[in-house]
Amino acid sequence: MTSIKKDSGFGVAHLILFFSIAILVIVVAVPVLLILFNAFFVNGHFNSRDFYMVLMEPETYAALKNSLIIAGCTTIGSTIVGTFFAWLVTRTDLPYKGFMKGVFLVPFMLPSFIGALAWKMLLSPNAGFINKFLMSTFNLAEPVFNIYSYLGISTVEVMYLFPFVFIQVCGALERMDPTLEESARISGAGLLTITRKITIPLVLPSILSGSLLIMLYSMAHFGTVAVLGIENGIYNIPTLIYERIHQSGGSFEAIRTGTVLATVLVVSAAIIIWGQHKILSRGHYQIIGGKSFRPMELKLRGLRYPLLAFCILYIAFTILLPTTVIFLVGGLKTYGLAFTMENLSLANYKYILTEYTVTKDAIFNSVSLGLVAAIITMFAGVMISYVIVKMKVRGKGILEFLGMLPFSVPGSVIALGVILAWSGQFGINLYNTVWIILVAYIARYMAFSLKANSAALEQVHDSLMEASRSCGATMWQSLKDIVIPLVRPGMFASFFLIFLPALRELTVSIMLYSPTTRTIGVAIYTLNEDGETVMSAALAGIALIIIVTGQTLINHFTKKAGE
Amino acid sequence: MSYIRLVNVTKRFGNVTAVNNLNLEIGKGECFSMLGPSGCGKTTTLRMVSGFEDLSEGEVWVGDRLLSSPKKHHYVPPENRNFGMVFQAFAVWPHMTVYENVAFPLRIRKLPENEIEKRTTDALKSTNLLQAAEDSPASLSGGGKQRVALARALAINPDVMLLDEPLSSLDPHLREEMRFEIKDLQRKYGFSIIYVTHDQSEAMALSDRIMVMKLGVVQQIDTPLNIYNNPANRFVFSFIGLSNFTNTLWKDGVAYIQGTDKPLPATLQPSAAMHQEEIFSLASRPGEIEFTSSTDPNGVRGLVTRKAFLGEIVDYQIKIGDQSLRVQLGRRDAAHEVDETCYLHFLRPFWYALDK
Repeated sequence: MTSIKKDSGFGVAHLILFFSIAILVIVVAVPVLLILFNAFFVNGHFNSRDFYMVLMEPETYAALKNSLIIAGCTTIGSTIVGTFFAWLVTRTDLPYKGFMKGVFLVPFMLPSFIGALAWKMLLSPNAGFINKFLMSTFNLAEPVFNIYSYLGISTVEVMYLFPFVFIQVCGALERMDPTLEESARISGAGLLTITRKITIPLVLPSILSGSLLIMLYSMAHFGTVAVLGIENGIYNIPTLIYERIHQSGGSFEAIRTGTVLATVLVVSAAIIIWGQHKILSRGHYQIIGGKSFRPMELKLRGLRYPLLAFCILYIAFTILLPTTVIFLVGGLKTYGLAFTMENLSLANYKYILTEYTVTKDAIFNSVSLGLVAAIITMFAGVMISYVIVKMKVRGKGILEFLGMLPFSVPGSVIALGVILAWSGQFGINLYNTVWIILVAYIARYMAFSLKANSAALEQVHDSLMEASRSCGATMWQSLKDIVIPLVRPGMFASFFLIFLPALRELTVSIMLYSPTTRTIGVAIYTLNEDGETVMSAALAGIALIIIVTGQTLINHFTKKAGE
Repeated sequence: MSYIRLVNVTKRFGNVTAVNNLNLEIGKGECFSMLGPSGCGKTTTLRMVSGFEDLSEGEVWVGDRLLSSPKKHHYVPPENRNFGMVFQAFAVWPHMTVYENVAFPLRIRKLPENEIEKRTTDALKSTNLLQAAEDSPASLSGGGKQRVALARALAINPDVMLLDEPLSSLDPHLREEMRFEIKDLQRKYGFSIIYVTHDQSEAMALSDRIMVMKLGVVQQIDTPLNIYNNPANRFVFSFIGLSNFTNTLWKDGVAYIQGTDKPLPATLQPSAAMHQEEIFSLASRPGEIEFTSSTDPNGVRGLVTRKAFLGEIVDYQIKIGDQSLRVQLGRRDAAHEVDETCYLHFLRPFWYALDK
């Protein structure tokens, strides 16, 4: 044993561990700690009564309640919609199932705040196209729909969030061993009994885990509520934090309210993540089978084509209609004109791409921020995942704990945290620069990178590295020649998992932008707030084109890589 | 005698014929195995009997009940066939206790509670699971899970038990043990078994009769002994047990092993059917070849190229002409070493034409 030299690899290992911990501490842990500190300490003294007082202020209390109501409705709605469609495309003889399965993932591409903008144009009580059409056609005095309501907000969120549940349940239903159901059938149970007693209980963990993901997302979601709620006085936690900080220009009172609300978000996120963990570890049955035949399919008989029509209508109504409205409004000379040929042109699109500084800057900012954040986060993610998954060094436990943090910290919390950390209190002032957004993006998307890279690394068996070491390669050489080439697909995946969402990011950037550092999301939102509806819509249209093109390219490449 | 009847059963998937015009009769209380490599149609046949797959043509009967007949538009769904079935991947429900798994088919039949309890307990007793009744099946070993699946199939006291490679997911020694347990249960309950496997020793040990299939076509249906002793064709010979195929040819009306210049001995002459063939196979089993002396007129000369001790038996590779074959002998008869010349006596030669 004495002949084995340990020290050379040891130093490197500790260096990597140190860097990994440092990154996570600076990027995620410090901002979160600063929030907790500011929430509970006043003038350097612990003060929980103030915390409670802030919480009980009518406005903050209302925001808490609204967040819960909206997240609750969204979660229930998305779970029902997602599970139903998942069942339809995996367990029935719906025509064109494979195609429809792909179609149900399209809502993922549409940023929900852009969807919200479109629905505002369609359904706002006074100016919405559908409301106006219905009122004039049927001579109604009152508008039929009011999108500025809990129901309206939740419905719009369901439209763009249900794929979280859909993907999870589809996966579970497809991987599930068909003989689990067949053995119930041969035992004498009919299809309904099997669904009730076997199928649903077995996929319940997947359903719940998807639902909790939506709950987490919706509680901390800014865009839809900002677009549809504020007008009617409906604030949730992130919109109230934004409103307070924005109005007061960063006053102490505003920051304090913000930190208290952010603490509530962090705690609820932690509870949700814990609950999800619990469900998955307890209910994670081994239901994946060996040799499998196709699972049995419910014959829809006469309902086949009506249900297909329903699915297509659903997609047309939730995806095509809003997208069309965005592009049409983006082509109008002024908002409010009718959609006729003489009112429509490509002039707006040309203007925002070539002349209008606000939008040109926004596109440049988003693309460069997205690229840089994706590259940095990708490499940092590989390093940190490597330590967590592969290395056996003391002190790894701290890193494992820190590695959990990015998953449970919502965007608006990160934004508030980086404001606290990077506005000069610690000697570095990044406020009002593009760098503070970059730091926030890295913190926000670290979770994606950790997830993709750990998954890739777990596929690389330790013996591959050991074989390389036994051939005489040093640790660095083995990393470079063996590990990195094998995890490259995971790295690519994490790059795009960050780059694309960063392009359309709103929740974080809205809290951190300055007049010259708007991102695409911020520009769309602020233009709309300032009444520049057509410009806002035109930019949203451009953003949609960029996103769809990007997603198509990725699908193309990942499919190629998979072959 | 015949209880389960398959009449002209054919199953096509698109252009592929998975099962081609199968006729089969299985008796009450018989243990019948379907044996063949993967893709031979054995599992598809079982799934047609169970009702999970419909037929393209033909009829399936059990007793006087017609279960499937596409021509008569008749189809009894699996849940109404009253069969027991055990799958390869166990298929026990992880969200129910062992007891609830076994009681499930009885609850579906809406039996009175005391009847359910009695039958479930009986089935658990027969499978040695009584102590594990309240456990989650997830906590059981592979063998334990498969016992739960067996108990669940037994609970309804079925007339027919369908077993789809039930032992393939178990480790070897457990597999042998479970084999006998299944046989004992059959003796006790008296059901018929249709058993699908690709493991010939499993089929041999369990079955009254075996059907060997290849590419959807029946090759042979017979008792294990007859299949072993009188394989119907080259495929059956090669599928059951170890086998050597040695190319043999005619030169001026005399049979030679390919690559040798000494005619085959008078006691080792090809069967009549081989006279039309140019090159054909001498089929032999490694365990049915002996060493003999150089003076034995039945001996065929060869060269020992490899010798491996496998404990009780010794495995030889012998080169005859330009071909190799395996010979397995008991330790005491393993007289030759590598590179020695030896003489082989084929105890039971078979002759088959080459695969076209």
